[in-house]
Parts: sequence; structure tokens; C-alpha cells
Amino acid sequence: MADHRDDSLQAGPEQVLYAYILEKGMYFGLLFLILTFLLYVLGVISPYIPKADISRYWSLNVSDYLHTAKIEAGWAWLSMVGYGDFLNFVPIVILAGITIICFAAIVPLLWKEKDRVYACLAVLEVLILVLAASGILGSGGH
Amino acid sequence: MGKSRLLFGTSFFLLSLALPFGSVLAATEPAASALAWWVWPLLLLVVTFVMGVAAVLGGVGGGVLFVPIISGFFPFHLDFVRGTGLLVALAGALAAGPGLLKMNLASLRLAIPVALIASSFSIVGAMIGLALPTNVVQIALGATILGICVLMLTAKKSAVPDVRQADRLSSALRIYGVYQEASTGEVINWKVHRTPLGLLLFIAIGVMAGMFGLGAGWANVPVLNLLMGAPLKISVATSKFLLSITDTSAAWIYVNQGCVIPMLVVPSIVGIMLGSFVGVRLLQVAKPTVVRWIVIIMLGFAGLRALMKGLGI
Repeated sequence: MADHRDDSLQAGPEQVLYAYILEKGMYFGLLFLILTFLLYVLGVISPYIPKADISRYWSLNVSDYLHTAKIEAGWAWLSMVGYGDFLNFVPIVILAGITIICFAAIVPLLWKEKDRVYACLAVLEVLILVLAASGILGSGGH
Repeated sequence: MGKSRLLFGTSFFLLSLALPFGSVLAATEPAASALAWWVWPLLLLVVTFVMGVAAVLGGVGGGVLFVPIISGFFPFHLDFVRGTGLLVALAGALAAGPGLLKMNLASLRLAIPVALIASSFSIVGAMIGLALPTNVVQIALGATILGICVLMLTAKKSAVPDVRQADRLSSALRIYGVYQEASTGEVINWKVHRTPLGLLLFIAIGVMAGMFGLGAGWANVPVLNLLMGAPLKISVATSKFLLSITDTSAAWIYVNQGCVIPMLVVPSIVGIMLGSFVGVRLLQVAKPTVVRWIVIIMLGFAGLRALMKGLGI
């Protein structure tokens, strides 16, 4: 196995699939991000924190910001997507989540090709990213 | 030649604008709330546009410029700057990743084991960074940025390193490939060595990426190229793609901790990306070596400022 050389200049099928999903997700996420930001910044959808007040918050550390603005950490923003500023979290989460989908998508392909080690590594990567995304991992704060 | 000079002069002018501009911003920090709400995001858009140009011409990632410069000269807290920096680096990596994978320059087989380690430890780094006092993170950030300057000044690159024999781990994982060098048409078979040591170093790279919100291309490339022996093009492309995984895991921690303010994130992403497009066009005529020096000086200045801020000087 160690001496096997793949002389193909083309990317393997799992790499092509990964690239395809990544590309679609990236375009969708970025366009969605610009759209939601325009809705927010042009005042089409009212924000939770008025735009004129935002500069009062960004110099605070995150603990003070959350406390002063009465915002909960983690996935609590889901209940606030009706506000223009929090609507922007949807495309941000899409951009941060697309890699999870890419890895999950290549697992069956790797398994089918009997590339069991890489299938397991891809599953592990999915688990790590899901753990990070879950919000279970907190921090001590400042 | 004249056109080259003109374009280089323009890029130099744009870059040099950032420094005195930053000092003015810092000086006006206490009066930040007196400005109209749109002034800071607009300034952010302009400065990140310049950074995007500089990043391409200087051969560095946007994230490594973003965090020290924005935290040094804008009134935003380091928590939000790091969260935004990760999303900026992530957006750039997501934009470049699909093309690099399709061209087979970024290697998924090389990236997956490395990403598993770097992304796990970037979570650890993010948690450490958010738990430590801000001034401690500032000092460590300043020291790291100055270290990056030294690395940029001293690190050599090898287009196609001589790897006589692949190590056992990389052989078992079948980490090798083939690509065609566009400039010469030569087909290059590549393999890697010293994989266990390389993977160990990615623990530190992951921690630093998560802790400071920096993209880690400045560290990925030397390890992949000089230590593990991957060809330079494969190293650069795989490093860029790697950031889309490493920064994703750390970004989730920052998002979940509330370190994301859309008014900072979106102008930064748009500014860097627009700047990158312009930078790619300027790359054909500008002198990257000279721009690289300017980037190093800018980084050195920003690193010193971060250090001084952290020390309360």
C-alpha cells in the first residue's frame, strides 16, 4: 500500500464532492450574509441594539456586553432572529457550519472505497465540530 | 516598469495610510460614541480593504493582519476582534478552498489528519483565550505577532523539498499525490516525511489560532513545506484550505460565547474580500518582495502596540 502511487492529476471523488458542497455553501452563505446585513443596516428590519447605540457595546468585554445588552450566549440568538442584527447570525452559522456538512458527506464515499481510516477520521472531525458548535464547551469568562 | 511603479506606489500609499490613520483612531477612542454609528464600520471597511490588498501582495492571510491592527487601533474590545478575525480568515479560506481542492493543489488526504489535531486544539485555544484576562492575551498576542515577523524574515521556502522516503505514518495514511507545475509543465510526485512531529506542531498552531483569532497560514506553510516536505504550492494551498476547518471550530466557540457583532463582522469580511480581488490584480505588476517588507513593518508596529497595550504602557 505504501508504494502505491496515484498518478492521476485529478482530485479524488471525495475531494471533488467536498469542494462541490463547500463551494455551494460558501456562495449561499456569503450572499445571504450581505442580504441580511443590508436588511439590518438599511433599517428594513429593526435591530435589537439600536445602531446609534452599538458603539457603547463594542468596547466592552464579552461578559459585560452580554450582561449590559441582556443577551444570552450560545444558541439563544435563535429566539431573536426577528431582529435585524441577530438575523445576520443565520448566514454566519451557515458559513461556520458548511465544513461539518462537507465532512459528513464524504464519510459514505470513503467507507465505500474501503478507506476506513479516513472515514473514521472524517467522522471524528464531524464530532469535534458538532461539539464546538453545540455550545456545550463554555469558558471561564473574564 | 512605469506602470509597475505606479501600482506599487499606490499600494504603498494605501498601506502607509493605515499607520497614521490608526494612530488617529486610537487617539479618538474615548470620543468613539460621539461619532455617527456608521463611521466606525465604514472605517473598518476601508482599512480591511487595504489589508486585503496587502495580504495578497505580502503573501499572508487576512486574519494575521486583522487582529493586531484592528485591536491596536480601533475601539473594539479584543474579544470581538478575535471573533471577527476568525470569521474573516474563515471566509477567505472558504472562498479559496473549493478551487484549490478542485485543482488538486490542496490535498484532502494531507489536510484531514492535520485538521483533526489543529481544529481540536483551536477549540482549546479559544477557551483559554476567552478565559484569560484581556491584558495577558494582549501581551501574548504582541509577542506572537513579533515572533511571526521574525519567522517571515528568516523562514526559507523550498519549492519542491527533497523527501527521500516517506515516513511510516504518512505511508499508512497514503499521504502523497501528484500535481503539474504550471510554469514548467513538469509533473511532480510528492510525499511527506516527519509526519508525527508535524502533527505535534499542529497542536501549538491550533492553540494559537484559537487563542488569538489569527488565521494560521503563517505557521501552517513552514511546517507543511519545510518540516514535512510537501511542495510549496501544495503547502500553501492545503494551508489555506486547512484554515476553513481550524478556524471553523474556534469560530464556533467565539460565536457561542457571544463574541460576534454583525456590524463589525460583515464590513470586515466584505472589505478583506474586495481588497483580495484588487490585490490579485495588482500582484501581476506590483513587487511582492517590497510589499512583504511593508507588511512585516506593519505587523511589527501592530505587535509592539499590542504588547504595550497589554503592559499598560
